Amino acid sequence: MNWPALSVFIILFAFATVLGFYAARWRRGDLNSIDEWGLGGRRFGTIVTWFLLGGDLYTAYTFIAVPALVFGRGAIGFFALPYTLMVFPFVFIVFPRLWSVAKRHGYVTAADFVRGRFDSRLLGLLVAITGILATLPYIALQLVGIQVVIAAMGFDGTGLAGDLPLIIAFLILAAYTYTSGLRAPAMIAIVKDALIYLTVIVAVIVIPMHLGGYGAIFAAIPATKLLLAPPTADSFGAYTAYATLAFGSALALFLYPHSITGLLSASSRQTIKRNMALLPAYSLVLALIAALGYMAYAANVQHLPQYASYFDSYGPNFAVPALFLHELPDWFAGLGFAAIAIGALVPAAIMSIAAANLFTRNIYREFLRPDCSATHEAGTAKFVSLLVKIGALAFIIFLPNKYAIQLQLLGGIWIIQTLPAIVLGLYTRWLHRWALAGGWAVGMTVGTWMAAAQHFATSIFPLKLGGFTVAGYAALYSLALNLAVCVVLTFAFKFAGAHHGVDATVSEDYDEEMPTVA
Amino acid sequence: MSKSRVGIKAGWWLAVALIFAGALWVPFYNRIDPRLAGIPFFYWFQFVWIIVTAAVTGLAYKARL
Repeated sequence: MNWPALSVFIILFAFATVLGFYAARWRRGDLNSIDEWGLGGRRFGTIVTWFLLGGDLYTAYTFIAVPALVFGRGAIGFFALPYTLMVFPFVFIVFPRLWSVAKRHGYVTAADFVRGRFDSRLLGLLVAITGILATLPYIALQLVGIQVVIAAMGFDGTGLAGDLPLIIAFLILAAYTYTSGLRAPAMIAIVKDALIYLTVIVAVIVIPMHLGGYGAIFAAIPATKLLLAPPTADSFGAYTAYATLAFGSALALFLYPHSITGLLSASSRQTIKRNMALLPAYSLVLALIAALGYMAYAANVQHLPQYASYFDSYGPNFAVPALFLHELPDWFAGLGFAAIAIGALVPAAIMSIAAANLFTRNIYREFLRPDCSATHEAGTAKFVSLLVKIGALAFIIFLPNKYAIQLQLLGGIWIIQTLPAIVLGLYTRWLHRWALAGGWAVGMTVGTWMAAAQHFATSIFPLKLGGFTVAGYAALYSLALNLAVCVVLTFAFKFAGAHHGVDATVSEDYDEEMPTVA
Repeated sequence: MSKSRVGIKAGWWLAVALIFAGALWVPFYNRIDPRLAGIPFFYWFQFVWIIVTAAVTGLAYKARL
């Protein structure tokens, strides 16, 4: 047991827990309404939104998995840079429209919007189910992040005793999400970010000093890892995989329910726009975090006997914890581990709230209890957020971690299928509601098949065109097919004269700075 | 919308197009040289590109687009 690391870890974790419960009193609102519990009353200003979105998007798993990918596979792992870079202009242009229309009509989820816009309960349901399916494995993955750092501090028990720290951490999380709603992760995100920034800044200064500077680190990386595989006579090499992964991930990110929850909780359109100019600060940190993967490689941690058993259990995911343990003082490694663990709780809380909002608004109230009261609605959401977390915990404890990783990979492919209804829906109603449903079904099926054809090991699909291979992100390929089906079916339904429902929104709803009706 | 606003808006769309092109045109930056302080071009170019994106988005916000 690494006591210095563990002591620092426990103190910081306890502090975050106290904040989580205290958050219920912060900007006090009626937590028996879903708008207050699940969206923080839509009152978060620039700074809180910045922390909340940053905490939401840059998860514990990011801090473990991005450097792990760089450590194991090299340059391709850096696709996270163009990916996060393209997100901001995209969101700046598109998503203030969603905020405005949601504020005007009291929409809590993207599925609420789609249902109102296209006058289709079915389409709302499909968007809700997709969101929930894509979110659940993502929550489970946050647990993987906690699991790795707990192991790194010397908990190597097996069976239930080994899982006990994880269970305790998650029960605490479940309790304060239940009582405080979205206010809890918003407040804890501030601590998490302070710790992450501190850890990363110290790590990227101190560790290269030990290793002889950045030049020496890059010199230690084999040439095949340092650059992407170039095109050959019969393929584009890794170029198309890199570009499509970045572009597809950028399109998908803000379709995830937890991203939308973060956006809708902002106090104004301008808050969102200002944040899109400020959030790249996280991308810079992410670039440095990705570089940690190379530092771990240059420090040769995978060949040190004291870490061999961990690499056997956790694979490249142990690269960053091993690097911290090897290159930094124990107490500071503990601080870094606390940053990662608290960094898991923030997104896990927001994700479970987002999934609970979707279930409650778009399945429970829509189909099961249309007459339920506001208090009953909020109560259901709180209860579902508990169920979601217990489900994620059981998943990680009873099933191999690789299933969570594979399902999360599928999650990206699934969530992007809601793009036509949500993003295009913000601009036009031209696509027919049943055509959107048809396109969704085709995209989901083909995308899942593409991943299955790779045995769920990667989301890169080698598309064969004659004798030429274009390897690309399955999410983008299946989205293209989805869009094609949407267009063709729209012509078909319009030709057949199928009714396309009544739009609950008007065009002014999308552009207004300060809607007057809440 | 005034004439200068239209110009600003067009400039913003052009900048966004350039940002995306720069991020997606892999052959341009998949190279070692020129290095910067020992860091290959592939890595420092993408790092700088994030800063460019932040600046462009920041200007768009300032112009209240």
